[in-house]
Amino acid sequence: MGFAQKIGQRAQTTEKGLRVMKHIAIGILAATTMGLMASAASAASTLEAVKAKGFIQCGVNTGLSGFSSPDDKGEWKGLDADFCRAVAAAVFGDGTKVKFTPLSAKERFTALQSGEIDLLSRNTTWTINRDTALGLNFAGVTYYDGQGFMVNAKKLPGVNSALQLSGAAVCVQSGTTTELNLADYFKANKMEYNPVVFEKVEEANAAYDSGRCDAYTTDQSGLYGIRLTLSSPGDHVVLPEIISKEPLGPAVRQGDDQWYHIVKWTYFALLQAEELGITQANVDELKASGGPEVKRVLGQEADTKLGTDLGVSNDWVVNIVKAVGNYGEMFERNVGAGSPLKIARGLNGLWTKGGLQYAPPIR
Amino acid sequence: MTQTDLSWVRTEMAQAMPAPAGERGLVAWVRKNLFASVGDTILTLLGLVLVALILPPIIDWAFVQAVWTGPDRTVCATIAQGGIQPDGWSGACWAFVNAKFGQFMFGRYPLEERWRPILVGILFVALLAPLLIPRVPHKGLNAVLFFLVLPIVAFILLVGGMFGLPHVETPLWGGLLVTLTLSFVGIVVSLPLGILLALGRRSRMPVVKTICIVFIETIRGIPLITVLFMASVMLPLFLPAGVTFDKFLRALIGVSLFAAAYMAEVVRGGLQAIPKGQYEGADSLGLSYWQKMYFIVLPQALKLVIPGIVNTFIGMFKDTSLVYIISMFDLLAIVRQNFSDASWASPQTPASGLIFAAVVFWLFCFGMSRYSMFMERRLDTGHKR
Repeated sequence: MGFAQKIGQRAQTTEKGLRVMKHIAIGILAATTMGLMASAASAASTLEAVKAKGFIQCGVNTGLSGFSSPDDKGEWKGLDADFCRAVAAAVFGDGTKVKFTPLSAKERFTALQSGEIDLLSRNTTWTINRDTALGLNFAGVTYYDGQGFMVNAKKLPGVNSALQLSGAAVCVQSGTTTELNLADYFKANKMEYNPVVFEKVEEANAAYDSGRCDAYTTDQSGLYGIRLTLSSPGDHVVLPEIISKEPLGPAVRQGDDQWYHIVKWTYFALLQAEELGITQANVDELKASGGPEVKRVLGQEADTKLGTDLGVSNDWVVNIVKAVGNYGEMFERNVGAGSPLKIARGLNGLWTKGGLQYAPPIR
Repeated sequence: MTQTDLSWVRTEMAQAMPAPAGERGLVAWVRKNLFASVGDTILTLLGLVLVALILPPIIDWAFVQAVWTGPDRTVCATIAQGGIQPDGWSGACWAFVNAKFGQFMFGRYPLEERWRPILVGILFVALLAPLLIPRVPHKGLNAVLFFLVLPIVAFILLVGGMFGLPHVETPLWGGLLVTLTLSFVGIVVSLPLGILLALGRRSRMPVVKTICIVFIETIRGIPLITVLFMASVMLPLFLPAGVTFDKFLRALIGVSLFAAAYMAEVVRGGLQAIPKGQYEGADSLGLSYWQKMYFIVLPQALKLVIPGIVNTFIGMFKDTSLVYIISMFDLLAIVRQNFSDASWASPQTPASGLIFAAVVFWLFCFGMSRYSMFMERRLDTGHKR
């Protein structure tokens, strides 16, 4: 074989190799594109995907008193967990068709973005950054929370405002926005304070209970839960000041308006039901005997299309209320008077009763 | 003259006398070990005082005042705390552990399917016990059943979805079930893999050697939390949507690879302790590489590093708690999670729950540690000083 021939053969082999590589590259590219297309397709119709699999995958907190925590049988209980059930009731007419994914604070957004969950109902604060940059859509505010303070009234008699806490030792959990808000608040009010920082919530509780700190700060809803674990809960008062706004609500992925509407209007339906006095106990009765507005909301009007336009059945509100009750019932059962937490309605009352909860009309 | 023969030979053994009263029994032991000198006496008395101060309150809290059963937090809280106990009461809230026991063992595994993990547990013990007791015969068959058949049977039983068993997703698993599954798989995978990696690292073949070194040093260079976190948070972003890959499986792989890297270094320590003569002796007998390792080197090397191996196992058993970071609930995590149940929130709940978890962890670790000491003694052929 001559030299030139050899060269030619080598060139041919190289060319062949290149061609093979090109094929592989195209293959990878095609696979990726198909993957992306598949993800786009699934993102475009969460409702269909949810209906096809037969349940809603709902992300909740790994354990937060009154919002999502397991009961003795391991069932998820709480306001956030019940909201998942309400959406399931709206979609399937059955509040049990939901599967819970407990998520840590760090995992929650990835889980939603990657499609691992369909709905994030995990005491998540609604902020502009999350609404825009993170690609979420917040469907409403199921609980108006805010950072507050608790003090021992026996140890610090006469303290009835956070502004009197100058020089106090304050127990706080590290690595949370709570710590930053605390610093901002004391700086803004030109007060001195001494932060006592803990990694774990149990450590912070124990330190506060043993009197190492004068005050304890975290979200107000959490303070009520912590108060239950103190040795003399009666001595501790939650101060009225709220130093940060923490509107907690359910969120969905951006880019699927239909699913977003279903979640949003499930929330509004819960409020509307409370406003109209529709409860778990009387919903069946009101279907027949209610006034015109009640009948419209419950989908009992002749040829109503309110539910089907949303993508669910027309008696969706009936299903929601049957599954979890109205918003007020949900609140009282999980965090309010009917629970050990005994949190007052406050900002979470209906607009007609001095609160912030307001639903646009269902018509 | 009569000669008296004074020589005397004893024809029977003198009867053994018991040791003097001061040298035997409890008195002697106490004198020798507790009151041998003034210093010892002072230390003993100090120790007794400490025990007298510490022990009664613990017994009082954990047993005498403790509440064993009850429907909710009221039994574990004083009247001022909204419960039924008298003011000033303080006792363990075992009622909390009692009410949540099923969850602590199996997580949220469906109630009507819990016989499945229980059956796996029984099979596990039934196969493990004869394997651990040296006298029991048929070790080979037993090992095959335990290391090859049991994992398959356990997988079918626990996961389900075949043979008419309903499918139980891994997010529902929790508690001791997760802790034991992770550690068992970790142990079973990491020991053989670790041995291969250790051999690979000492190999003369550059490619094998490089791969092993890169693997071991990479894994040892990153914390387990990072491995788990990458597997749980980053991986789903790289995969196309809809392609999910079980989180529990990801954790299993992460923990196993992690333990294997540490195991490799422990085994390598043993390999290096074997004298060169043993290798050369094996070579001169004409044994192949694998024969040499299997018959001559590894039996000696592994015996030497039993403490290190068991140390790695115990460390891994406790490290499984880190899966908490990816929202999987091992024993410790599920105990802590249940603190958030408002119907059980009381000042006694956290301490009781954590002590329960600590006792369970201790039982397993102590068991492993004692067994390894037994094995060391049994395999001791004179190297130990």
